[in-house]
Formats: sequence, structure tokens, C-alpha cells
Amino acid sequence: MSRIEKRFAQLKADKRAGLVTYITAGDPDAEISYQILKGLPAAGADLIELGMPFTDPMADGPSIQLAGQRALKAGMTVDKTFDMVRRFRKETGDNDTPILLMGYYNLIYQRGPEKFCKDAAAAGVDGFILVDLPPEEADELKPHATANGLDTVLLTAPTTDDVRLPAVLKFASGFVYFVSVLGITGTKSATEEAVRTHVERIKRHTRLPVGVGFGIRTPEQAAAVARHADAAVVGTAIIDHVKAGLDDKGKAKPELVPGVFAYIKALADGVRGVRKA
Amino acid sequence: MSSTPNSYRIGPDERGHFGIFGGRYVAETLMPLILDLEKAYNEAKADPQFQGELKYLLTQYAGRPSPLYFAQRLTEKLGGAKIYLKRDELNHTGSHKINNVLGQVLLAKRMGKTRVIAETGAGQHGVATATVCALFDIPCVVFMGSVDVDRQAPNVARMKMLGAEVRPVTAGASTLKDAMNEALRDWVATCENTFYCIGTVAGPHPYPAMVRDFQCVIGDEVRKQMMEAEGRLPDTLVACIGGGSNAMGLFHPFLDDPTVRIFGVEAAGRGLDTEEHAASLTGGRPGVLHGNRTYLLQDREGQITEAHSISAGLDYPGIGPEHSWLKETGRVEYVSATDDEAVEAFQLLCKLEGIIPALESSHAVAYAAKLAPTLPKDNLLVINLSGRGDKDVPQIAERLGMKI
Repeated sequence: MSRIEKRFAQLKADKRAGLVTYITAGDPDAEISYQILKGLPAAGADLIELGMPFTDPMADGPSIQLAGQRALKAGMTVDKTFDMVRRFRKETGDNDTPILLMGYYNLIYQRGPEKFCKDAAAAGVDGFILVDLPPEEADELKPHATANGLDTVLLTAPTTDDVRLPAVLKFASGFVYFVSVLGITGTKSATEEAVRTHVERIKRHTRLPVGVGFGIRTPEQAAAVARHADAAVVGTAIIDHVKAGLDDKGKAKPELVPGVFAYIKALADGVRGVRKA
Repeated sequence: MSSTPNSYRIGPDERGHFGIFGGRYVAETLMPLILDLEKAYNEAKADPQFQGELKYLLTQYAGRPSPLYFAQRLTEKLGGAKIYLKRDELNHTGSHKINNVLGQVLLAKRMGKTRVIAETGAGQHGVATATVCALFDIPCVVFMGSVDVDRQAPNVARMKMLGAEVRPVTAGASTLKDAMNEALRDWVATCENTFYCIGTVAGPHPYPAMVRDFQCVIGDEVRKQMMEAEGRLPDTLVACIGGGSNAMGLFHPFLDDPTVRIFGVEAAGRGLDTEEHAASLTGGRPGVLHGNRTYLLQDREGQITEAHSISAGLDYPGIGPEHSWLKETGRVEYVSATDDEAVEAFQLLCKLEGIIPALESSHAVAYAAKLAPTLPKDNLLVINLSGRGDKDVPQIAERLGMKI
């Protein structure tokens, strides 16, 4: 069983949905970013998405675009992202919280899919969410991911109809990420009814857990998603709290890290307040 | 990669790959739409009514065929190959871009789309898209890097006059790459009613093949016109390359004619030995961006680096995937011309032939000016004059210290 499978099995046993939190690795710099990463499980994150900053994040809205630029400017690299994960596993002794790398395929392609998967697994990474790698192009990565015990979480969208879903699910493992709105990250929110309908539809095709993301900003919205899905994914709103903790020169104020944790705790309370059957 | 294919003209495969290049690297939200587009395009391509309407518009609206003009004074001055200019700068809107836009907007209409978006660098594709959208009464939004908005002001005004909304993009270096990112972001949110009219032979499949097909009218005409003028095929073809659509349109019909030597001219900016150029084939390596795998300017990790060219239309760190494949197979020779060489060629053509070429096309003229003297007098050399330079007049005037 992978860490992701174990975590969802535990959530099911606890009769609740999970909270998946996204942060951009290296935002606003490597050290502060690590301090955030280290404290995420205690703040209430059940799974962690670690964004690999990329110069051209074509599926991301302004918040995550700027986070990536801050990280790159501060010198973030793929190796340093692996270092963050390695340090997390070693220093916290947390060997249960899954960490997924999220980002764009070119960074993986340049290192080589095989080497990337080996290095990621060795650092303690559990899987990938790759925005620009649809199932049509996933065969180059999938065998190396599988060989290294890494899950490939594929995205489904409102436009992914019942005919197409099986083709997407064929490459999916860990969980299925439902992008709940048409659009880039952090711009729009789906209605609870739309989330319910789509999650039910996806679950007719798979036994994998379903996480829902895009546009979740408040504990109430997180709770609404938790009523229907196995996990709520929050990204942009967390990044906005990171940004709010920066001074005029882009340096972290002392309240940045605690501010992020307080916000995540509120989200977690929202998610955990929903009892599941 | 080294084995010679039976034909250079059969790509891409059913998944949109030219060798290892091309493909469909897009967000899942877009995938179903892209598959629909591919299906709709294949149906339109086989439909005589669609082809008939396109032919009518190319002829009566765009003014095709464009002349194949023997540039006598340029030929005499350079003292080598016999130089012909394919006058695609004479098309309505002033460049080859209209060939592709007419095809795509007709397709958008056929698919029932009610809004068209486009990215633009120099503004030529933006102007062509704004023009055809005005003709078909379809709302049009053009994304353009804010740096390009400044250096191509005449084209920005033209797009606005034609009723398009121009959205300046300030992300990254604020040039063509960033405009394309922003257009893709808009499309993810609006794909149900919006058609993304890509201006070059890049992006996810089927765009590289579809745009190429629409641009092949250039090479098809040259083939016929050269037979009429000289009774045989040309010996040498030269075209500039940013994304590479005018070049692909000229080259593709000749790829299986082994006697025809083909040159694609990339923008060398301030020099290939500097970091300020846009020569992705010469200075880059394969990577994944904007929906396809192709040669890209990037750092060791895979972060995309900024391109530089005096010409906004060539200022792009990637290139169409079919060009990447043609480079690796060796069928096309990829060379380059610097900013300074392009400006010199711009002036050369103004003074010798009374033609003001676009800065983009000036790169092709610049390389041809180096190549022609090395070739025999009976070598028939065609330069694709893909755009006219009216839009560049303020920029060149400033560079030459003229007051306007």
C-alpha cells in the first residue's frame, strides 16, 4: 500500500474527508517554505501538494504564478525541492503524510522521467500531479512512476465526459483529482450541487478516492466539498496567506508562518466537522 | 532519427507526433475540446463546401494568389542565384497570417463557436484575426505582450479599429510566449464557446498540422508559378522562422523534392554567442511547452529562458514541432540572421526593389543575401516575403535616427 492509499484508508476509518494543502516549494524562499511544509500536518493537512515552480505555469492564476516567480527568484530548483522533502521526512519523522509534487512536465522531461522518478522516490515523494500531462502523453512517465512506487494522480475536469473518463482513470492511481471549474487556479468556485453531481459521476467509474480542488477559499466551502468528496484541495487561498505575510520588500514578516497555519487549521476544522458514513 | 523516412510529408501520426516532437501536453479541461477540434477539422478538410468557401475567401478577400516576383535588381546586386520573392506581404492585412486565420475562423463558425481569441507577437496574426472576426461578426480578444504593444503600436491601433479587444500581458518578459500563456489561460475558462485561433505551427495537436495545411497555399502556388516562369522547380527556398508558419507553408509542398535545398532562418538577435537571441533550434534543446514537445530555449533544469529579437514576430523561445523533426532528419537546414543583418536587409530591399519588408521577413532576406552570391546564376532561389514592414517603420526610423 502506498502512503496515499494508507492515508485515504485511515480517513475512511475515521469517517471523514481529508484536507489536501498546496504550497509552492521555495515560496517566498527555501527556508520559510520548509518551515511551512514542516508544520502542515500539525496544522491539519492530511496530504501535501508541493508545487515545483515553473516559468510558464499556463494552468495557474495570478496568485500561483507570482508564487512561482518568488520561488524562482529566490533560487528554487528541483534538487532543492527534493531536499525539502528529504529534510521533512528526516526531521519530523513523519513517514505517513503523503507528499505529491505538482507542476509541469518539462521539469521531469529535462531530468529524464526515469531519473526523476528515482530521485523523487529516494527523497520521500509519493506521487505526481502534472497539469500538462494528459493520459495521451502519460505513457512515457507511468512505467517509471510505477517502478518507483509513485502514484500518478490524474486530473479530471467538468469537460471529461463519461466516454473519456475510463481512458483517464486507466493511468490514475492514489486518488482522482477533480478540477471543479472550467478555468485556471484560484479564479472561480463550483456550487456544492455541481461538486456532488460530478463526484458521483466519477465514482461510478472508479473505486479510487476523489479529491476536489479549484476555488475553495473558506472553511464553509471546504466543508461543502467534504460532504461529497474524499478530500478538499486548497491552493491559491493558502498562497494568498503566504503573500499577505510578506513585507514591502518581499521578506517574510514574523507572522507569516503562524498566519498560514491558523488559516489551514480553520480549513481543517471545516473539513473535520463533516461526519461521513 | 537518422534513418530517412519514405516521405517527409506524411506526419504527424494519429497522436500528433512528428518523431518525438509535437503531441498534446495540455490541461485535462482542454483535452476533450482539442479532440473535438481535431475531429471537426478532419471533417472540414474533407468537405468540398468548406474548401470551396476557403478558396473563395483566399481569392476574393485576401487577394491570392500572391505574385512570384523576379527581383532583378537584388539578383544583380548580389551576383549569384536568380532571386524570386514570394509576395505574401501583398495579402490583405499585410502578411501570410490571413491564410491560416481564414481557415480557422471558418472552422470556428462551422463548430458553432461564438468567440475567438488569439495571441500575437508582432501583431500580424492579431490583425488578421481581428479582420476576419470583423468579417464574420464574431467577438475577438487578442492577447499581446505589453512590450510588443509598445513596439508594434500601429498594429495595436489597427486591431482596435477592427473591433477587437487587445489585452496587454505583463507576465514574464511580456512578449509572445507570455501572450500565448495568457491565451491558454483564457481558453481553459471559456473553451465551451471560445475558439483559440493559434497563429503559428505550434501548440497542441492538431494545431501544428492544421496551421501548416492552411499555409501550404504558399508553397503550392510557388510550385505552380515557378513551373510557369522557369519550367522547373526552384533550387533553393529561404524563409524566416519564429514559430515557423510561413516557412512551413512554403517548405512542406517541396519536402519530397530532393533537388530543392531548404533553409529556415531563425533570429540570432544580438548574436548566437550571446544569450540574447531567439534561435531555439540552434541554441535550444527538446522540451515541453505550450502543448507540444519541441526545441526550446531553456536552462539546465527546464525553466524557459527569454528569447530576444528585434522582430517581435520571431521573439519566441520555441518553434513548431514539425521544424524540430525536420531539423533532426536533416531535410531542412536551419540557419540564422542577427538583428543588425535583418535591419541591413530591410534597407537593401527598400532601396533596390521598392519593397518595405517586415522585420521578420528581413531575416530571410538577410540570409539569402549571404547565400545567393555563393550559388550559380541558374540557381532559382525563392525568398518568402511573408509580411510587409509598415508596422516596423517607427521602430526602424528610430534605430536609424530619423525623425518622424
